[in-house]
Amino acid sequence: MRVQQPAATGLDLERVDGRAKVLGLAPYAYEHPAENPTYLYPVQSTIARGRITAIDTAAAETMDGVVAVLTHLNAPRLADAADKELAVLQSDEVGFRGQFVAAVVADSPEAAREAAARVRVQYHQEPHHAALRADHEDLYKPEQINAGLETDTQAGDPDAALASAAVVVDRTYTTPAEHNNPMEPHTTVAQWEGDRLLVFDSTQAVHNARKTLAPLFDVEVEQIRVVAPHVGGGFGSKGLPHAHVVLTALAAKVTGGRPVKYALTRQQMFFLAGYRTPTIQRLQLGASPDGRISVLTHDVVEQTSAIKEFAEQTAGISRMMYSADHRRTTHRLASLDVPVPSWMRAPGECPGSFGLEVAMDELAEACGIDPIELRVRNEPAIDPETGKPFASRHLLACLREGARRFGWERRNAQPGTVLVDGWRTGIGVAASTYPARRQPANTARIRFTADGFYEVQIGAVDLGTGAWTALTQIAAEALECGPEQVRLQIGDTDLPVATVAGGSSGTASWGSAIIGAAQMFRKEHGGFPSAGDTSEGDGERNPAGKNYALHSFGAQFAEVQVHADTGEIRVSRMLGVYSAGRIINPRTARSQFLGGMTMGIGMALHEQSVMDERFGMIVNHDFADYHVPSNADIRQLEAFWLEEVDEHAGPLGARGIGEIGIVGAAAAVANAAYNATGIRVRDLPLTADKFLT
Amino acid sequence: MQISMSVNGNEVTRDIEPRVLLVHFIREELGLTGTHWGCDTSNCGTCVVLMDGQPVKSCTVLAAMADGHEIRTVEGLASNGALDPVQQGFMEEHGLQCGFCTPGMMLTARALLDKNPHPDDGEIRQAISGQICRCTGYATIVRSVQWAANHPVGSAATGDAADPSEAEEVTA
Ligand code: FES
Ligand code: FES
Repeated sequence: MRVQQPAATGLDLERVDGRAKVLGLAPYAYEHPAENPTYLYPVQSTIARGRITAIDTAAAETMDGVVAVLTHLNAPRLADAADKELAVLQSDEVGFRGQFVAAVVADSPEAAREAAARVRVQYHQEPHHAALRADHEDLYKPEQINAGLETDTQAGDPDAALASAAVVVDRTYTTPAEHNNPMEPHTTVAQWEGDRLLVFDSTQAVHNARKTLAPLFDVEVEQIRVVAPHVGGGFGSKGLPHAHVVLTALAAKVTGGRPVKYALTRQQMFFLAGYRTPTIQRLQLGASPDGRISVLTHDVVEQTSAIKEFAEQTAGISRMMYSADHRRTTHRLASLDVPVPSWMRAPGECPGSFGLEVAMDELAEACGIDPIELRVRNEPAIDPETGKPFASRHLLACLREGARRFGWERRNAQPGTVLVDGWRTGIGVAASTYPARRQPANTARIRFTADGFYEVQIGAVDLGTGAWTALTQIAAEALECGPEQVRLQIGDTDLPVATVAGGSSGTASWGSAIIGAAQMFRKEHGGFPSAGDTSEGDGERNPAGKNYALHSFGAQFAEVQVHADTGEIRVSRMLGVYSAGRIINPRTARSQFLGGMTMGIGMALHEQSVMDERFGMIVNHDFADYHVPSNADIRQLEAFWLEEVDEHAGPLGARGIGEIGIVGAAAAVANAAYNATGIRVRDLPLTADKFLT
Repeated sequence: MQISMSVNGNEVTRDIEPRVLLVHFIREELGLTGTHWGCDTSNCGTCVVLMDGQPVKSCTVLAAMADGHEIRTVEGLASNGALDPVQQGFMEEHGLQCGFCTPGMMLTARALLDKNPHPDDGEIRQAISGQICRCTGYATIVRSVQWAANHPVGSAATGDAADPSEAEEVTA
């Protein structure tokens, strides 16, 4: 496959969207001008399971400024109510606490909120289960897990191999529910004009959003336009439309054509916008005394919502990371009366790497060998699961480069021995990986304008990742023109079809369509086009996927300080080295890696959505109680990458960078904390109390 | 009730309900949407504006409390066609990804630099300690503010502000 030579890509180009953003002029979903708007505020269920027996809306309806009060009794019917997360106000059933049970539309946000508070709902409450336990009685095996992977896999005879292994680590690790919490709340502005729907949405995928909405409202996809030029972060939670998008579009049916605006409050986001499912992971590693792994099992119990299945691919990482002749991975779901889990940055690999990479640290200690050396000894020659060669596997290079830069040789193998000014200090390492995905079904269009610009159109989305900039560079390089000659248009379903900004697949997928369009453009119109000349090009499924295993790799290093008296824990230094194929823009790429590591520190130290099982209530549902890293939590953070071009990753040679920065980060911190204190914490997050013994 | 205030140098007078928060007044009533709303509990700082030169979380101030005061929002940072050094700094040092926290960060930075033209990193971190960025990991934000400190208003390196039509094109 021909790989583009670095030209406009690889440049440290300033953000294309930077100017609009520093001027405060970049419109996020809520910021688009709307004529004579109305405002929505919902009523949420106060029980975890049961039925609505009565709703009194009289007080709300008679308030000044109230346009409509919608309940399951009067809301317009959806054509398709099969997806129970999205079938808002279609029945009297309540499936989790915090679910929409009514909505007020009013002339002002204040009036809507006040009226919503006056809606009285009565319920028939039924018993519920909201806590995840390993011994949950009705655990079930889903047909498949996310990303279309097999639920369970097995090779060899793991149980027999464990029985005969010289060294065995058999431990259980847990990761809590976590909420994505992008800074921009999930927001929808919807307006019907006859049978056409216009939606400004904070979404990672405009085309997917309308594909989901069309059957619900019994219209063709062409009758819906979804617009999202700028998105204030998403980290997965804006990848799939959630209930509020449907609710807002439904409410817009009863306003006589007036737009309806709805931004979830931060508190509502904890129930209605997806979250990372909590996991319970049992890892068993069996090895020879010199650390050669013969058997690796990873058995996962995790939760889904009873109203909609979500099966996180938590143990997927253990299928390809290390060589072991005997392997087993399983996933079992507890179906609970809880909000619907969804994607959060590196679903699968992120929680799975915590279990696997802490277990590796435990095995290194049990064998008395260096954790990096342990990984060297278990580096597979081919993908253990598929038997295919890796297109590019530079894990060991990442580990060695990171060790050199971080000062790994200064690590004291004996834990709990370094005490400086009352702080126990240690360092730790973990490996990282993320699959390289390229989605087909992307089309780009290029048109030459009368004033001499190349208009490049694709319905992609920039949620802060830098797509505006990277795609401009890719187009410029493919057209062999300067970036300033490219006018990129993204974030609108009026533009050619594009897949989700997620799974670290965006740049590679959209970029290959743009390259295809550019090649077609030059073929059809040559080097001196005329105004109006237009060509289209499509992305394609990566043919290399048939013969190669495509993954990115990385190494995470952390230095941790734990106060000897109080247990206060700080990550004083963190360093990542990544192998992610070609880097399109070093500036935006570095920011993505560092952002991922930052969220990894949050996962390690702070983030935890606490379920009060008696009420099905996420009790810490705001930023006062759900802690994300503030600037004082992030000290020295560095990201490096190996210079490489993955010729199997497609015409761009890039594999995607949005998620690998978080994978393994929490394990590196936990391993460093063990090295500092001799206390092995297997349950995230690593709060101070866990170091007080 | 009737309130009057100066917003980015312009006198505005409006009839409002007493319960309206300053953040909603600025966004809904005045149409200045560069000030964002992110948490409802006064924790995130995406809503920060300057009131008489002091950073305030505008979700925690009633519009009525701003009566008679001077408000400055992100839209009032650039002046006479020139970006504020803070704005230029956030572009130069890549102090933003999604940009949602950026207006609040920049206004806090402006207030800091007005009081303390040469802050050290610790003082910058202290200044923005009430504000969350979920994207960047903060280091580039600190560097952006340092860049602005090193390029005060009037120094050659601050660039021209885009006229709004040009900026809109970027977002089309
Ligand atoms: S909106 Fe979060 S602090 Fe004001
Ligand atoms: S840049 Fe996205 S929250 Fe700061």
